[in-house]
Amino acid sequence: MSGALFLGWRYLAHHRFKSGILIASITLMLFLPAATRLLVEDSATALTARADVTPLILGARGSELELVLNTLYFHAKSPAEIENQAFVEVQSTGLAEFIPIHSRFHSQGAPIVGTSLDYFDFRGLNIADGRQMGLLGECVIGANVAARLGLGPGDSIISSPETVFDIAGVYPLKMTIAGVLRSAGTADDDAVFVDVRTSWIIQGLGHGHTDLAEPEAGAAVLSRRDNVVTANASLTQYAEITPENISAFHFHGSNETFPLTSIIAVPPDQKNATLLRGRYHDNELLQLVLPGKVLDDLLETVFAVQNYVILGLAILSLATVAVITLVFLLSQQLRKGEFHTLSRIGASRGYISMLIASEIGFVFLISALLAAGLTYVTRYYAMQILQSFLTL
Amino acid sequence: MISIRELAFSYRGRGSALSSTFGMQVAEFIVPPGASTALVGPSGSGKTSLLGLIAGTLRASSGSIIVNDQAISNFSDGELGRFRIRCIGQVFQAFELLSYLTVIENVMLPWYISGDGTKADIRKRAADLLRGVGLESKPSAMPGELSQGEQQRVAVCRAMLNNPPVLLADEPTGNLDQENKQNVVDLLVEQATRNSSTLLMVTHDESLLGKFDSVLDMRHIARPLDEQR
Repeated sequence: MSGALFLGWRYLAHHRFKSGILIASITLMLFLPAATRLLVEDSATALTARADVTPLILGARGSELELVLNTLYFHAKSPAEIENQAFVEVQSTGLAEFIPIHSRFHSQGAPIVGTSLDYFDFRGLNIADGRQMGLLGECVIGANVAARLGLGPGDSIISSPETVFDIAGVYPLKMTIAGVLRSAGTADDDAVFVDVRTSWIIQGLGHGHTDLAEPEAGAAVLSRRDNVVTANASLTQYAEITPENISAFHFHGSNETFPLTSIIAVPPDQKNATLLRGRYHDNELLQLVLPGKVLDDLLETVFAVQNYVILGLAILSLATVAVITLVFLLSQQLRKGEFHTLSRIGASRGYISMLIASEIGFVFLISALLAAGLTYVTRYYAMQILQSFLTL
Repeated sequence: MISIRELAFSYRGRGSALSSTFGMQVAEFIVPPGASTALVGPSGSGKTSLLGLIAGTLRASSGSIIVNDQAISNFSDGELGRFRIRCIGQVFQAFELLSYLTVIENVMLPWYISGDGTKADIRKRAADLLRGVGLESKPSAMPGELSQGEQQRVAVCRAMLNNPPVLLADEPTGNLDQENKQNVVDLLVEQATRNSSTLLMVTHDESLLGKFDSVLDMRHIARPLDEQR
């Protein structure tokens, strides 16, 4: 028995190239369908897990999927916006707890999410290091952002301009990191969180500069008429909000017109949820969506595609099995002389059958182990890749 | 000792348009224990078949074959396999070493089949045999790295691994040059003598016959049953 195993192993080891091709073929044959199925299932679980704990999302009418993905994963480059007026109005209904989301800007590859402190309670996010943001211009960063950029409380992070070609655009804002969030294994780990008013400042809706009533601003004053003071371009705007200049920061216009990308609604019960949905059923500008249902619709398509892919792979596997069988049979034919020699020396038919079986067994065992290892590694990294894809 | 009496053997070839049949009868064939015997005769006279019958790889239609005091005619396939491993050492014309095993692994091949004895003992025995044929420096070489003469010496070592009482060699010098022919036959006779084995070797080469205790001609031993139909 052990002799046949040894000979089988030595044969495979000696014919490394041939064995390698066989093992690679069988590994792929086992790995591809298994990995496809597991990846789709894992992705579906990961996607729906976050969606299922987010009851309702209010946003601009348009792509439901885009609205959900941007609210859950902050991934959109130019998300559709709604006015803050919508937040004021929906909050006045008292039908739910509402959390504003303004996710449009980025800082060193991480999305900047303007929101309220309620968001952290809603997601169960805790501060691992430092403290919660308390002032305009402060932020808390996700665990992955902190690790990737090597930042911690007291450090600063600068918002990225939307386009480097827009020289008249909004200046980057230097934000102080108040704290680092404990890793949650979600998209929150890859985000920078600020107060929604800070995100409006990043957008240029609010700013801070020298008080034009002060004498030192004289050179920047273009004209004074009644209560209106017009400044020229020499007036320097602050690029960072500090305790010294925070009082100089102000917003122009009504904040009801300021933008949000979505509003998370957390109704206390199904009745309130239904009432809330009824309010936005026929709204031409706004839509209230169930994130879980939106992703279920998406996943339905994904699972349908997956089934076709697996069917294709199964057909391919059958062809591979046929080719591998042919290779084995041809190999046995070519080795008739070797088997004859073994027989003449004294090997029984059973021994020769065991030798062939051991070779097939080794090939399938190694292939199965490789396929399992590859599936494990793929599954491990695929979730990280999926996460980064969603937060891009 | 090898003793054959009243043996009849026939063989029907397969796989060709012309079905060929070979048959022979052997009234009596005896090789004394420890003797070295050369078996000569024209092609097709049954030399290789006779070796196959003695080794148990071919079965006789009737008659008695006794090898090393064992009547092998009634052995099952499994018993014949065990008999070959323990009692018969064989050397073939084309060496028939396994290309994927090293030299010492090829010598140990009968042990990989039978599993009799401990690996350490068998490995030492194989190394001693290789030393005896001047290949002690090449136990890890692959057969393809050896000359033909060296390969046949490895094949002789493989045949001698289990100290077989009977050593059968089927034209072992057929693929060798003159110098290697002499060396291999000397080696076979020497090994057989040292081990008190009965050596029966098929050869066409008359220059080698002087090295054997006796020479038997198949034309005097076997009578053809039939010719090609």
